[in-house]
Amino acid sequence: MNLEYTFKVEGGNFSKAGVASSDVKKVLKKLNVGPKTIRRIVVSLYEAEINIIAHAYRGEILVKISENKVETTLKDSGPGIEDINKAMEEGYSTASPEVREMGFGAGMGLSNMNKNTDKLEITSEVGVGTTVKLMNWI
Amino acid sequence: MKVIDLVEEFDLKVFSGKNGLDREVGQGYVSDLLSDVLGNAQEDSVWITLQTHQNIVAVASLKDLAAIVLVNGLEPDNDSVEHSNREGIPILGTKLGTFEMAGMLYGSIKK
Ligand SMILES: Nc1ncnc2c1ncn2[C@@H]1O[C@H](COP(=O)(O)OP(=O)(O)OP(=O)(O)O)[C@@H](O)[C@H]1O
Ligand SMILES: [Mg+2]
Repeated sequence: MNLEYTFKVEGGNFSKAGVASSDVKKVLKKLNVGPKTIRRIVVSLYEAEINIIAHAYRGEILVKISENKVETTLKDSGPGIEDINKAMEEGYSTASPEVREMGFGAGMGLSNMNKNTDKLEITSEVGVGTTVKLMNWI
Repeated sequence: MKVIDLVEEFDLKVFSGKNGLDREVGQGYVSDLLSDVLGNAQEDSVWITLQTHQNIVAVASLKDLAAIVLVNGLEPDNDSVEHSNREGIPILGTKLGTFEMAGMLYGSIKK
């Protein structure tokens, strides 16, 4: 089995957020993956997707599902992250007031991704963009 | 304890997601920060919040929450209503504030 899905993400457009995670959830349910594992996968995916919407200009998501794992790559064009270790700290956020008003910007997204993935890889170039790779065994 | 039992006991308004009213409730969570809910809410919880935009339904769905309760007489955005009907996750409402609502739900769910 080798399933691949791609999604486009528009920076600033919160009304379209969650499409990728919702679709992936349906697929994983059909594949009889356990609910706890599904929650871990879709929470990380949603957080990563929201980060593109909240912090970058646009991005693309590629989800690969095979027998034993889900690997997701989220690549965005955006400001990039200067200090990834600092960004990973719970509570650190550069979210705008508008974004905070919606209840985002607690600075918990990256740490949620860290807790809910079996492997998390972030690479970023300031002024160019950020690539996030999420991996979970299923 | 089902969602519908809470609706009846506390005279909550049902804005949307009627298909989910028979769902069992196991827990509650109170937060207006979405990442906090994504990180810390337990499945089958009722979630009390002030947020009304459609991402609350996405969060509730991804975390397998039982229902959302809007306090202070707040109403859900149109997008939220549509999304909630599609997902079958009820959005409920009360004129009470967060403190009162949380206290009542706690008393009822933990009984
Ligand atoms: N794709 C990205 N592009 C640019 N900056 C990012 C990106 N993802 C994260 N960041 C930076 O890392 C910080 C921390 O991200 P994190 O997801 O942990 O918190 P947040 O998005 O600010 O708030 P929350 O996720 O709790 O709503 C962000 O505030 C932002 O400065
Ligand atoms: Mg975030």
